[in-house]
Amino acid sequence: MAAPEVHKSSGIGRDVAVYVSLLILAAIQFVIAYQAISASQMFVRMLIVAIIEASLALLFFMHLSQNRGLKWFVMIFTVAVILGMQYGWTDSFRLLDGVKWAK
Amino acid sequence: MSQADLSIHGQVSRSQATEVMTAPAFSVPAKKMAMWLFIIADSATFAGCLVAYGFIRNATPDWPRPFHSITNVALMTFILLTSSLTMLIAVRSAQKGDKAGAFRWTMITALAGILFAVLHIREWMGMIGEGATLFHNPWGTPLFGSLFYSITGLHLLHVTGGVVALIAVGLRYRGGRYNADDLEITALYWDFVDLVWMFVVPFVYLLNLGH
Repeated sequence: MAAPEVHKSSGIGRDVAVYVSLLILAAIQFVIAYQAISASQMFVRMLIVAIIEASLALLFFMHLSQNRGLKWFVMIFTVAVILGMQYGWTDSFRLLDGVKWAK
Repeated sequence: MSQADLSIHGQVSRSQATEVMTAPAFSVPAKKMAMWLFIIADSATFAGCLVAYGFIRNATPDWPRPFHSITNVALMTFILLTSSLTMLIAVRSAQKGDKAGAFRWTMITALAGILFAVLHIREWMGMIGEGATLFHNPWGTPLFGSLFYSITGLHLLHVTGGVVALIAVGLRYRGGRYNADDLEITALYWDFVDLVWMFVVPFVYLLNLGH
């Protein structure tokens, strides 16, 4: 039987540090919006920042870092959904070119 | 193997099976696991909406860029991010047994949610005033209005539901009917609402910023 979920006691200091990091990352997205770059470059940069933001929120605000099993479950599910939309959903906007049979 | 051995073996197996069946998945309590499953399913819904939006936006040559100011959306982002921190403080207070503090911070989070919703509706009213509706807008393809109001509306619906949940769970926590775990589960939902906003802002607002 698996061990019960353990809540490691971490101070409010770490929460504030994560909060400030999220504010900075959000500000970076606003800066990117004013850069003189193409829409696709802007999209990729904003997507990278958004994924970092979401990872921080998931790991620290939602305490996913404290549960290894659940962390893998969420990660595998997310990758499966992205791959499903990338390769299985016809007429979808794919991150890459997709595959011939899905076009 | 004798009949007695089989019987003992059968009992042990049943007991092991019962233990496996009653053990919480990933050592997460059932209520919390249910919230995680909801979050996972709901994230697929938002991912589907945003990917569909991306496809339509990419396939439309004259896609409008009607936003000229980031003040409102920046303020909304700040409020939502701050509300995640206040909710975290509420959960920590509850885990320490500080009931009054936990309730106070939960209500502050709910107030932040209400403020976010008010700013959002104010922005909608402004856009409707400029002629942008679900099926029409003065800037080009009518799909812009459909997608903008659908995606931000779905998020606003989640914020509204979250505010109701925060107030209901907060009051019941104060009344002694709910405990710190229930508050933590509500916090998970609220953090998810914040997480979705991290993707809505860049793709729905910032990519449509007129320069």
